[in-house]
Amino acid sequence: MKIIYFAWLREKAGVNEEDVTPPAGVTDVAGLIEWLKEQSPGHAAALADPAVVRIAVNQEYATLEDPVGPDDEVALFPPVTGG
Amino acid sequence: MIRVQREDFDPGAEMARLGGASHGVGGVCAFVGLVRDAAGEAEVRAMTLEHYPAMTEKALAAIEAEARQRWPLEDCLVIHRYGRLEPGERIVLVVTASAHRQAAFDACQFLIDWLKTKAPFWKQEETPEGAQWVEARDSDDAAAARWNGDPAAE
Repeated sequence: MKIIYFAWLREKAGVNEEDVTPPAGVTDVAGLIEWLKEQSPGHAAALADPAVVRIAVNQEYATLEDPVGPDDEVALFPPVTGG
Repeated sequence: MIRVQREDFDPGAEMARLGGASHGVGGVCAFVGLVRDAAGEAEVRAMTLEHYPAMTEKALAAIEAEARQRWPLEDCLVIHRYGRLEPGERIVLVVTASAHRQAAFDACQFLIDWLKTKAPFWKQEETPEGAQWVEARDSDDAAAARWNGDPAAE
């Protein structure tokens, strides 16, 4: 599974993108985020407040309840500020 | 049409192109977003726009499709820049062309409101105190929510 971070989530996590293999029990976005938080203090800091984390699975907006699998690209980022 | 690019654009040329494409066009409306030199009290020397290339065009195309479904547009164009921009530089262009002005005005406003809350761009400002990420504004969410059809939000 490919994870991509943007803006200050990227800075706090200390990584732009990474290939990860979560345990089989991780089947949805919420479970993935909980697992990612255990990977490093930076990850924990980036994902500490779920209210400010936006999620896209395969480039489409997703929610905490959406499923994720090994072939997915999951992006984690703060609320967008374009325009 | 959607364009995501580092380079500047020419609003006048783009408006002329959309207006001239068909004689069914009765009005062209445009919005141009620019880099300000201040954010509240802080001086802004420049800003850098980061985006999610694989998702950006997809998200903008979905927003354009929504506008075309809601209003009878002859054409519409969104150009969004990324990279480092200085105060006064253009960031974004929305142009809508329609037979009548109301659809062009409304669709243009809808496109910029939705784009601000849905397109995956992030701004980081350079200030004398250092770099800071721009925070999303509740007022932008409220502006986008106006188009959700909830009369309470209008």
